[in-house]
Amino acid sequence: MTQRTRNWLLLAPAGTWFLVMLIVPLSVVFIFSFGERAPSGGVVPAFTFEQYANLPARWTAFKNTMTLAPVGTLSALVIAYPLAYFLAIKANPKWKTILLVLVIVPFWTSILIRSYAWIFLLGGRGIPALLDFVGIEGVRLINTPFAVLVGIIYGYLPLMVFPIFVSLDKLDKRLLEASSDLGAKPWRTFVQITLPLSIPGIATGCMLVFILLMGEYLIPALLGGGKVFFVGNALVDLFLQSRNWAYGSAVAVTLVVVMLITVTVYMRLISRLGASREDVSIM
Amino acid sequence: MTKQIDHISKKKFMEELERYRKGSVTRRHFLNVTGLGAAATVLGAAVPGLRPSPAFAGDIGDRVILATWPNYHDPANFEAFTEATGAHVQVNVFGSNEEMLAKLQAGATGWDVYVPTNYTITTYVEEGLIEPLDTSKLPNYDGSAFDARYAEAGSVDGRLYAVPKNWGSTGMAVNTAHNDGKPIASWKEFFDIARDKFTDRAMVHDYQLTTIGSALNYYGYSFNSVDEAELADAEKLLIDVKPHLFAITSDYQPAMRNGDAWLTICWSGDGKQLNTDMPEIHYVLGREGGEIWSDYYAIPKGAPHMDAAYALINYLLDPTVNTKEVLAHGYPTADANTYAMLPDELKNDPILFPAQELLTPLEFGAAATLTDPNRAELMARFKSA
Repeated sequence: MTQRTRNWLLLAPAGTWFLVMLIVPLSVVFIFSFGERAPSGGVVPAFTFEQYANLPARWTAFKNTMTLAPVGTLSALVIAYPLAYFLAIKANPKWKTILLVLVIVPFWTSILIRSYAWIFLLGGRGIPALLDFVGIEGVRLINTPFAVLVGIIYGYLPLMVFPIFVSLDKLDKRLLEASSDLGAKPWRTFVQITLPLSIPGIATGCMLVFILLMGEYLIPALLGGGKVFFVGNALVDLFLQSRNWAYGSAVAVTLVVVMLITVTVYMRLISRLGASREDVSIM
Repeated sequence: MTKQIDHISKKKFMEELERYRKGSVTRRHFLNVTGLGAAATVLGAAVPGLRPSPAFAGDIGDRVILATWPNYHDPANFEAFTEATGAHVQVNVFGSNEEMLAKLQAGATGWDVYVPTNYTITTYVEEGLIEPLDTSKLPNYDGSAFDARYAEAGSVDGRLYAVPKNWGSTGMAVNTAHNDGKPIASWKEFFDIARDKFTDRAMVHDYQLTTIGSALNYYGYSFNSVDEAELADAEKLLIDVKPHLFAITSDYQPAMRNGDAWLTICWSGDGKQLNTDMPEIHYVLGREGGEIWSDYYAIPKGAPHMDAAYALINYLLDPTVNTKEVLAHGYPTADANTYAMLPDELKNDPILFPAQELLTPLEFGAAATLTDPNRAELMARFKSA
């Protein structure tokens, strides 16, 4: 067996998987998006751009997704970074593993059940009742965009914490000592050394959370009371309620394209940011 | 694998689960007794050899898969069926007829029995997704015992495709404690109070038929209208109401029960359940009209366990079994034999069996609403507004 054959054989399982589970379904969706809705639902083959011309009808869904996905990602980052920093740098090594496990434990329960828990926490008998008790009246939390944001941050926080934790944990602590020896104040050390070196973790965490948020539909449906409508919700309705496969496919293809563009721009930004910061820290 | 493996009966399991839920036994006791700690019960359902063996000769296979609606059966009946036939009943729960149709259109659902609503059956027949029923395999089916209003949609072009399960109405549930003890009586009042005194407290279904239908009723139009001008009025109303709504959801019981919401579009069985537990919640039918519906048992084309499907439908049509079903879910049945066996307080219940003059303005859902693209798009615009 030559090296070449062996390489191909080793690649075959992954290749087949990609072909059957990714390339073929995506191609089917792409082909359907040029079709027409069959009278009682489904799709009839055609070649029309009608579905794409109809896209503005889902503009609000795209707008909501493109607003809440970045806001959710940034909020998760702001909350996750100090936590990851504490776990990686400040936490007592004795407790580190236990603390890390505590971050993972919620992942053992289905997101559906965890979101249901939030329904009770944010509902009239949960946090608002508590606020009412201390004199802040009439607060409504459940079924608002804020509730969706809380659910999103809660649901995806571990995905943000871990990549950042890993990059901070691997950070050579001698660099921090050196910086301090050379007279840098803690804040300057953080901005010029810790933060730039954790950019790969930040970039990975943001990417993971952002991509998943773009397709999110469960949390808006449960915590938004059906009033907060994401592209994911539009897709579920198009395929499972109005059975408009052609239009649903066009919306899905558009979502994939929007995602690809956003991610490309994001990668460019990150690499530029990473590069320039690196130069600074080397100097 | 033999049956020697020591695992508790399903009945015993449910009793233990109930005790655990009530808090009378500890979690450890529950896991030990049920063998769930060793996952024995889970395996019991998944490995054919561990299931109870058929008690009689007519072997219908080891399982039957039922697609139905939430809170719509008595689980004890399924256990008895399994004990008698050896076929385990696997239940899949759905949220809307549209979703059921979507799954069947996509193909290969694996269902043996499903529960379509009256207005969808002609579409299933046109699409070739439903099996005509052979009544010789349903000895418990007595066509003459059913009230024709709730049975006629089961036949298309003189062929029987579906037999009646239950019927009910779609009205509204209102928590009268927040309205000086007074209920409301019309869809006009429903949408007006939702924008005023009940702002942030009202809910509509995540379901085109009833939500758009009720908005059409507000103007006195037909619940089933697909007229573009009438739909435009309904859309204007819905979008105007939306900022005042508590939620757009078909899972409205929790919010009504915990007091977050005071008003909702409601199916009669849910209305009955809410009213029983909280008498201040009244179930009322809109004066302008609304929906009356009837659900059916049917077999999808290509059902993998056809014999078991017939056996299950036949079993559930047995008036003794059907009576237990009605007592469990609180929806009336169109079968006179079952009706005769119900206790008097249910027969006289105004939620289950409303007065005829209240039923008269109600309409059965029309097949056109299921496939009308304008109604589907209207719903999407309403939800994303």
